[in-house]
Amino acid sequence: MTVNCEDGRLEMNFRANEADASQAIATLQAGLSQLGVPAHRVNDVKIALAEAINNVVEHAYVGLAPGSIQVQGISTQDRLDIRIRDMGNPLPGLRVPDGTPASIDTGMKDLPEGGFGWYMIRRLTDSVLYKRRNGQNLLFLRFEFQKKTIRPQ
Amino acid sequence: MALTSSTAGTTQVIKVNSGRIDAAMAIQFKEDMRAKTEEGAQRIILDLSAVEFIDSSGLGAIVASMKQLGTGRALDLAGLQPVVAKVFRLTRMDTVFQLYPNLDDALASETE
Repeated sequence: MTVNCEDGRLEMNFRANEADASQAIATLQAGLSQLGVPAHRVNDVKIALAEAINNVVEHAYVGLAPGSIQVQGISTQDRLDIRIRDMGNPLPGLRVPDGTPASIDTGMKDLPEGGFGWYMIRRLTDSVLYKRRNGQNLLFLRFEFQKKTIRPQ
Repeated sequence: MALTSSTAGTTQVIKVNSGRIDAAMAIQFKEDMRAKTEEGAQRIILDLSAVEFIDSSGLGAIVASMKQLGTGRALDLAGLQPVVAKVFRLTRMDTVFQLYPNLDDALASETE
């Protein structure tokens, strides 16, 4: 695992397995205030970042040798841009999932135990972009720092 | 995954002694919860006050822990920190569980 942090920039490389990802996510989360993410947005970034990285660990390298994940964060006064790169399988349909959440209006036995990841990513970010380039998946998450009463879906 | 269990009357209190419940420990959490809740208390309070972060896998593990209790038994949650509370709110799981600001409030309340 490697971490580079300088003014307004952060870069991290780690193996795409649960244990390494858990440690990397904790390290990235701890670095957010240093990146200038304001207090009212820190929790949003923490949640969305973890979900996006977990998606790569759980889905991108299925059926492949476990690869690596690179996370870059660049912040300005107004926003934080995060890019997550992996060499795994492309997202189905080469697009960001809609993120329709699993319904909780069920009996207890049928309550969902997953299916919230993309929903939370979409709710907490200002934009999500996906690109497939040269066998790489690139996921771009943008977090505006300005307070908004209603954030886009 | 470190869980400690104690009883207060007919209520069982399980405290999570970990700063995180995430994808790397979700399965272990669910299994440890199964073992800890075998005694059959009707009401279980999960004290989350030490948990600073939870992801959707961790949330799923708490949901699974409630489901594996079966009918007639309740899993209530206490001491949610801001990020944890936000994950519950976003997924509307805050409407599925009884949430209490802290363990004392949970113990003072008889939900059943």
